[in-house]
Amino acid sequence: MMRALLGEAWRAMAVNRLRTLLTMLGMIIGVSAVVLMLAIGQGAQYVIHQSISAMGANLFVVLAGATTSGGLRMGAGTAPSLTLDDAAALDELTSLAAVAPIASGTAQLVYGPNNWSTQVRGTTDGYLKLRDWGVRLGQTFGEAEVRSAARVALLGQTVADYLFGAEDPVGRTVRIKNNPFTVLGVLEPKGQSLGGSDNDDTVIVPVTTAQRKLFGSQVPGSVRYIMAQAVSEELMGRAEDDITGLLRQRHRIPAGGEDDFTVRNLTAVAETAASTARIMAIMLGAIASISLVVGGIGIMNIMLVSVTERTREIGIRMAVGARPRDVMLQFLLEAVIMSIVGCLIGIVLGVSGAWLASRLADITVVVTVWSLLLAFAVAAAIGVFFGYYPARRGARLKPIEALRYE
Amino acid sequence: MDTTPLIRVQGVSKRYPDGGGAGTPVLREVSLAIGRGEFVAIMGPSGSGKSTFMNIVGCLDTPSRGHCFLDGRDVAQLSVDELAALRNRLVGFVFQGFNLLARIDARDNVALPLLYAGLSRGARRERAETMLRNVGLERYAHHLPNQLSGGQQQRVAIARALSTDPQLILADEPTGNLDTATGEEIMQLFDALNAERGITVVLVTHEADIARHARRLVRFVDGRVVADGPTEQVLGALHA
Repeated sequence: MMRALLGEAWRAMAVNRLRTLLTMLGMIIGVSAVVLMLAIGQGAQYVIHQSISAMGANLFVVLAGATTSGGLRMGAGTAPSLTLDDAAALDELTSLAAVAPIASGTAQLVYGPNNWSTQVRGTTDGYLKLRDWGVRLGQTFGEAEVRSAARVALLGQTVADYLFGAEDPVGRTVRIKNNPFTVLGVLEPKGQSLGGSDNDDTVIVPVTTAQRKLFGSQVPGSVRYIMAQAVSEELMGRAEDDITGLLRQRHRIPAGGEDDFTVRNLTAVAETAASTARIMAIMLGAIASISLVVGGIGIMNIMLVSVTERTREIGIRMAVGARPRDVMLQFLLEAVIMSIVGCLIGIVLGVSGAWLASRLADITVVVTVWSLLLAFAVAAAIGVFFGYYPARRGARLKPIEALRYE
Repeated sequence: MDTTPLIRVQGVSKRYPDGGGAGTPVLREVSLAIGRGEFVAIMGPSGSGKSTFMNIVGCLDTPSRGHCFLDGRDVAQLSVDELAALRNRLVGFVFQGFNLLARIDARDNVALPLLYAGLSRGARRERAETMLRNVGLERYAHHLPNQLSGGQQQRVAIARALSTDPQLILADEPTGNLDTATGEEIMQLFDALNAERGITVVLVTHEADIARHARRLVRFVDGRVVADGPTEQVLGALHA
């Protein structure tokens, strides 16, 4: 029965090839638009997600306060209000998983005939932990190197490329501000940051080494900022309170006094970006869905014409024993076949479009099986939804009226 | 032998709505019984209600008033699906205009009722080929209706009507679109069905020569039965 009805539907569609094609065109355009838009939207989400995970999760930055020099306030981080001891004390907090004091600056690196100017971060092993960063080659430094202010360095991939090219940097000596440093390892590439800068254009050295050998400070032991990672997303609020409380206590700030530091939640910024991308993806999908609905209306239109045109045929079928539901099934099947075939063509076009976009326009696109299944399910549902009314109209015809129809 | 009449029509009236009012009456209080194995011709001028009578008997139309019993069952009590099953199994229709589906070949046209009877594809084809052989058209199984002559198309339609082995054939002017010789051939098919297989045949016609194939003749005028009896007797009374 089903096979025969499929055959009937196929024949009905084959008789009016141009009309069938035009009907399916609505579906094809709708589905390919949805697939393409979902691919672009999900691509954007993917890029942002990558940036967030490159930055590290649940992060705070504690910035030192501003100095005031003759009435000029010099900006966050200029006052030497944060110290290594502050970082060590923060590390004791149970709401924090990792803490990294950072003393950074720009320095010239030299290896043989090559030189490169980059940001040098003096920090502890906690930094790599909270940024979820590992070494690609060699090894990282630990507490011993920090305590002894060892002249060791970890190179970001970009720096390693500029200074060493194809050579293996591990164990070599580079000069940073004319101090010889032994390269302990090369960091895993992390790509672009949320702000657009290159995460891999950096060098990491022990914080004590940075303070003493590279960026001498008026106040020994002071750092520009401290990064801290909460144990979990749920503990972000408590961690922020703990940090503020502990630092106010350590800096002996009286109740009501102004903080001489600023705690910033980096994840909140990232989440804003992520939710923007999500909204964009939903909007793209929603706009594309409108064309799916328009395609569905096209199918309904043609099915109504088809039912009217074949009224006499319906009458003949009923006269030889077709039940209303047989007539219904026949027309519904036709609508569903048109939407599904249109949908498959649309998927092929949409995926090709996404591929072209990634190739020609250098847009990151993500095509997931899930999005294809969604498009497919929606298309089939539209076929049933918009095919139902015309099919029911056919099925409700009275046999004698259908037979007499001219 | 089952003694209930195959068709029993009781006080059936039919009006077609004509915008307000009660409508034009097409059938007025018609009562008629047709037994199993009968061969009945129905005659009457245009608009006398003979086609409407056939459509009501064949469950294609419903009476405005009165009851129609098919095989002892009141069709007014049946659901749309049961009516479809009745049209499928009990009744075979033969129309003046053949009413074949233009897009499918002769064999598939013959097999169409079998599709709705729920037969498998193989069984449908086999049965359809047998039916075509019975009407002498086995060589035309894959011809489309428009590749066949009028007489051949009517044979395909008869094969279709017979495919589900019905007890009743309702033929509405089956020879109306055919020349006399072809019409005579078609009528011989009906004769054979009635005589050899005992199928009840009800035939609407306006030609006396065609009506003579039947043993009983019913005359309709203005929606009423005005004569009902052996064919020659009714025809004789008409000419007298």
